[in-house]
Amino acid sequence: MTGRPSRIDETFARLRARRELGFIPYLTIGYPERESALELVPALVRGGACAVELGIPFSDPLADGATIQRASQVALQNGVTVRYCLETAARLREQGVDVPLVFMGYFNPLLQYGLERFVRACVEVGVDGVIVPDLPPNESDELHALCREAGRDLIFMVAPTSTERHLREVAARASGFIYCVSLTGVTGARDRLPEELPAFLQRVRAVTELPLALGFGISRPEHVAQVRDLVDAVVVGSALLDRLVSVAPAERASTAEEFIAWLRSGAETAATVGEGS
Amino acid sequence: MTTTVQRARNLPDERGRFGEFGGIYAPVTLLPAIEELIAAYEDARRDPAFQAEFERLLREFVGRPTPLYYAASLTEKVGGARIFLKREDLAHTGAHKINNAVGQGLLAKRMGKPRVIAETGAGQHGVATATVCAMLGLECVIYMGELDVQRQSLNVFRMKLLGAEVRPVRSGSRTLKDAMNEAIRDWVTNVQTTYYLVGSVAGMHPYPMIVRDFQAVIGRETREQILAATGRLPDAVVACVGGGSNAMGIFSGFLDDETVELHGAEAAGEGLETGRHAASLTAGRVGVLHGSRSFVLQDEDGQILEAHSIAAGLDYPGVGPEHAYLKTIGRARYHAITDAEALEAFQLLCRTEGIIPALESAHAIALAVRLARQRPRDQIIVVNLSGRGDKDMHTVASALGVTL
Repeated sequence: MTGRPSRIDETFARLRARRELGFIPYLTIGYPERESALELVPALVRGGACAVELGIPFSDPLADGATIQRASQVALQNGVTVRYCLETAARLREQGVDVPLVFMGYFNPLLQYGLERFVRACVEVGVDGVIVPDLPPNESDELHALCREAGRDLIFMVAPTSTERHLREVAARASGFIYCVSLTGVTGARDRLPEELPAFLQRVRAVTELPLALGFGISRPEHVAQVRDLVDAVVVGSALLDRLVSVAPAERASTAEEFIAWLRSGAETAATVGEGS
Repeated sequence: MTTTVQRARNLPDERGRFGEFGGIYAPVTLLPAIEELIAAYEDARRDPAFQAEFERLLREFVGRPTPLYYAASLTEKVGGARIFLKREDLAHTGAHKINNAVGQGLLAKRMGKPRVIAETGAGQHGVATATVCAMLGLECVIYMGELDVQRQSLNVFRMKLLGAEVRPVRSGSRTLKDAMNEAIRDWVTNVQTTYYLVGSVAGMHPYPMIVRDFQAVIGRETREQILAATGRLPDAVVACVGGGSNAMGIFSGFLDDETVELHGAEAAGEGLETGRHAASLTAGRVGVLHGSRSFVLQDEDGQILEAHSIAAGLDYPGVGPEHAYLKTIGRARYHAITDAEALEAFQLLCRTEGIIPALESAHAIALAVRLARQRPRDQIIVVNLSGRGDKDMHTVASALGVTL
């Protein structure tokens, strides 16, 4: 695997070269319907997503707010398993989806599937990375080594509360990109982003050259405009899911596409302002 | 010199591990708060003033030491080994939970956290936490599954009287595990101002260690009391295990006494074969729940299963990592006791000894009776009677087909 840049690396390199902000939407696999991801992911890519985060549902998602909790519960009722998530990724690749696909899943289902078997399957189906919100660097030795060996990225998270030592620990292990949690709290759409955000992101930039993706709370173009020059990409989950379930099933794909395009308008506004300098 | 808050053993290690169990599987936002807690606890543990205050409150507020009682009539009735009861049911608020709540309440105060949150199942830990917060002048929010709020309305009212806010949790199975999820979400959100007062030896490091150490007073007292009463150590110590704090409390006094058998009674609910039980150690698999690696009730795909027990305090699909460790190294043995067996032991203790036990503790009584029957009179079994049964009147009445 070494020698060839990963899909994630290539994507961020391209974004940086174009001085473009990336959009990484999050979907819980199996929500709202069991097969929803198969039509929603291509729609998100059409809308301009640079990568897609695919949520593996868990019964006890303790870092998630009401939206993703509900999505996880519905997905589990729809019979979604780790194996089904891998199959979904494989089918998306067969459909020609070529943006990076990153799994987001809590540790226990991966542990029960078997970490080695899981990472091997990620390679086979074309999943590029994995985010495990309850696996901090100190507990990640095994999965980190397996990912590294398989040329996959284990994506680490940092938060505004992270100490300098935590940031350095993450920087030492991270590859692909670093997931910056925008606020102290759980996932979910918010009215506004915290004022301390620039200072926090500067602290992260100080320890790493890796691309930064910002998530938690981002839900509208104003937020995007606010952070456009601070990070390489934004992750949008709950706001997208809220939007998708507010429309009729037949309109979900077009809504997903339009939602990303709508958020991107925030980046364009800011870019125009910035380009004058 | 006896110190009140001392290590029972050298575990956990600095990564919070008991062998392969334990650890810190926590969202990254919490890591600094966890480190702050570890440091504050280490500091408090070594501070004689903190220990003196903890001891004073255990004595004057909780009413310690609780008695060790020779259950002569129960022993006679069972016709085997002599059975002694450690009377945690006589502690303030009616259960052992108060020991830990006092200790962590003092720690929260020392750390300058004005707000305390806790999860509760049956409501005993919620009541203990609300009690301590009232006494120490701390703001208190209790998360409780909506189903438990309905089942334990008396305890909800007690908590409110004590000034706590009770927040019903409507997510997931609407029981203890979901209350714990919600408490962790609150902690993630309000981490700067909030102390999370965990009620059992479960969850992420350092809670299994802190809760065990604050509950270790049970084991220390029991050891001294049984030596004073009989001149020797018991042959077996028995306690019920949900998350496992009362069991770790009493076990910790005897871990180094290799002749003393340690027995835990898990909830077999309607029977292990029905799948409706809470016996994580007996019927679970190793997994990660609420921040630590331990035995967990889960399906093939690693989704956490709902636990079932007539005793709401045992109704948890995980168990403290130190119990997982003690099971794996063979130091403690764990048995599953059904709802029916617990109900029978509940009535037996009421009638033979005039003591109404908590349904949780009735599981330990049932196991003790089972063990005592097979042993001669010169053997000694100590049971941790972890709580009193007043809270369970409605449940027991309905199980016995009585309308109140």
